[in-house]
Amino acid sequence: MAVVFRKTPVLTDTVMHYCPGCGHGIVHRLVAEVIEELNIQDRTIGFVPVGCAVFGYKYFNIDCVEAAHGRAPAAATGCKRVNPNNVVFTYQGDGDLASIGAAEIVHAAHRGEKITTIFINNAIYGMTGGQMAPTTLVGQKTTTSPYGRDADHCGKPLRVAEMIATIEGAAYVERVSVDSTPNIIKAKAAIKKAFQCQLDGKGFSLVEVLSSCPTNWGKSPAEAMDWIKSDMIPYYPLGVKKEV
Amino acid sequence: MAKKLMKGCEAIAEAAIQAGCRFFFGYPITPQNDIPEYMSARMPKVGGCFLQAESEVAAINMVYGAAAAGARVMTSSSSPGISLKQEGMSYIAGAELPCVVCNMVRGGPGLGSIQPSQGDYFQATRGGGHGDYHPIVLAPASVQEAVDLMQSAFDLADIYRTPVMLLADGIIGQMMEPVEFPENPVRRELPAKPWATTGWAPGSDRPRAVVNSLYIEVDELQEMNDRLQARYKEIKEKEVLVEKYNTDGAELIICAYGTVARICKSAIKLCAAQGVKVGLVRPITVWPFPEKELAEVMAQDSVKRELTVEISAGQMHEDVRLVINGAKPVDFYGRPGSYVPTAEEIFEYIMKTREA
Amino acid sequence: MLWTNIFAGFGGQGVLLIGQLLAYAGMYEGKNVSWLPSYGPEMRGGTASCSVVVSDEPVASPCVNMADCVIVMNRPSLDKFEKNVLPGGKLFINSSIIDKKAARTDIDVYYVPCNEIADKLNNPKVANMAMLGAYLEATHAAETKSVLDALLYKLGERKAHLIPLNEQAITMGAESVRK
Repeated sequence: MAVVFRKTPVLTDTVMHYCPGCGHGIVHRLVAEVIEELNIQDRTIGFVPVGCAVFGYKYFNIDCVEAAHGRAPAAATGCKRVNPNNVVFTYQGDGDLASIGAAEIVHAAHRGEKITTIFINNAIYGMTGGQMAPTTLVGQKTTTSPYGRDADHCGKPLRVAEMIATIEGAAYVERVSVDSTPNIIKAKAAIKKAFQCQLDGKGFSLVEVLSSCPTNWGKSPAEAMDWIKSDMIPYYPLGVKKEV
Repeated sequence: MAKKLMKGCEAIAEAAIQAGCRFFFGYPITPQNDIPEYMSARMPKVGGCFLQAESEVAAINMVYGAAAAGARVMTSSSSPGISLKQEGMSYIAGAELPCVVCNMVRGGPGLGSIQPSQGDYFQATRGGGHGDYHPIVLAPASVQEAVDLMQSAFDLADIYRTPVMLLADGIIGQMMEPVEFPENPVRRELPAKPWATTGWAPGSDRPRAVVNSLYIEVDELQEMNDRLQARYKEIKEKEVLVEKYNTDGAELIICAYGTVARICKSAIKLCAAQGVKVGLVRPITVWPFPEKELAEVMAQDSVKRELTVEISAGQMHEDVRLVINGAKPVDFYGRPGSYVPTAEEIFEYIMKTREA
Repeated sequence: MLWTNIFAGFGGQGVLLIGQLLAYAGMYEGKNVSWLPSYGPEMRGGTASCSVVVSDEPVASPCVNMADCVIVMNRPSLDKFEKNVLPGGKLFINSSIIDKKAARTDIDVYYVPCNEIADKLNNPKVANMAMLGAYLEATHAAETKSVLDALLYKLGERKAHLIPLNEQAITMGAESVRK
């Protein structure tokens, strides 16, 4: 009997804790498949964040480091400088990367650190229970913006991919989405390019992935995917922001 | 090898390199800038890496990542910067990683001063960050001792998989003294690092490495803490370093560490000239604190009382009081901030309180 | 033997350097030494000072408060440190630019025309070396040769041609206090 599908060995058999309809599971699989396809499992080190992906080390079947909140790019820098032949990536959410870790991500890009960052933008803090993130859309209700995000009170959402693309040391920056099958296929291609960018020694690479959080958005999984398309993509345009 | 006259900061940096440290992540802050400056010049020449981080927070997390990868790595800073590093120190302790952190202590709180101080005793010896942990804390009193302690700091870090802090006041960093680097330094037997994240795939000759301080299950967190506490107990039994000076038959025992202990030695000589016998117990490891050694000295019949001298409001004095535990009178001389007491005023204080 | 010293002057007068040269010289002669600068904002253009200890015994406190010798190159330093000379100690005053006399009577005071000596040698930079010469003559805390060795180490071979000039300044400084 022909095998038509198998799970990539770069994911462990541990059952993931993610909610139904959460985009993390999809992105984990894309990252793991890319690592398998590039044949770099034995030299890839994953730096996982604080946030919903905090247990990433249980799922990625590679050496992993759990970093403090926002500090993954700094910790990954230490690792990459020790073993430049390792392929080092950080996997971070929007609270971790765009809020508390804003300095670390900017300066990893600024140094042209030869690491790859997978940035999950789901416009909310997931693990802590749905608080407002720097990426929360104007008007979006969260547990700390119960009347909807007020731009006058706390600004408008941060476009991370565009910001990082302005930094000289960034070699490849793209924003993708996992709201539909075609977009998921494009997301995987972007993640692969980002890792290839690191393998080629070009500099820092970042893929921002628009992802779903049905639980904290108060939506069904299907509604959540629709909301990415209807509300997030118009504010966060997809595409390559920088490529050298 | 001939002696060299070296500034403390530079000697410390060189000692780290000679101890095999090849990775340094730092951020400028006075009065320790000579360390990163020296490292930036030397590291490329020995095949190592110096990197100026964007903040103390980033620097300690770079140390975390490099230590996870199995490297001998260090950072240095001064008090306000150490406050910022405490988050990372806690993670390093929790993830059971070895590293060395140098703290050239300056006056606080807040921005304080850039002059010498001993106001960081608490944040050094108590762990400083969240959770139940202690770094090993080494407190040199001379440039040569700083060099010697730097050499063993990396070994201790590796053996016990713990952060080790070199706690030096600004005087140690800025002072020049003759130093000798041992040609064949005594190296302790070091454990392998099968836990280091160097790359793994099924079939590798070690288990998959995960460097982590997250133990979401209560039982698992307990297990990690039990492991740490057992290690701290072993460190307390095996690694205490202390200097006893002039203690036999003394009527007063001074307890002081770092440069202040040397000022006290000058005061002790002034006392001796007046026929008053004063001794000194100088903790070299301030954590673990030399509890047994201080208690033994204090138990002598000749000893009537104790005097702690610090550039602080009496931080180490708390440990002293715990050891003496009311058995004999204790006293404190010192001021918080950066006021360095002179030998003459310590001498006068001793003579005055003796008559009282 | 134990010499505790404070060297003080304007930033740029080279007081930290002559203190360091004394420490090097002591070390070359097998003595225990320490050199501790004042550091911080006062380094930037204001008064600079350093504590230097040269001793047969291991150096106890490197922080010198009451000194066997105080060397002052400018007026503010004299005002600040005259009280820090131990009774019976020595005070060296750069008489070229300090018009004031010492008030203390329980110490030996040496007036050294440092800048005049430097002017005679056509190089204002060696005023500090003239002062060091006077100090060495009065104390014999170290040999002049050791000091010159230390200076050569500090200058490097490329600037070795400056050694004779500095040696001359030391000699003239010494002569100025020879009794």
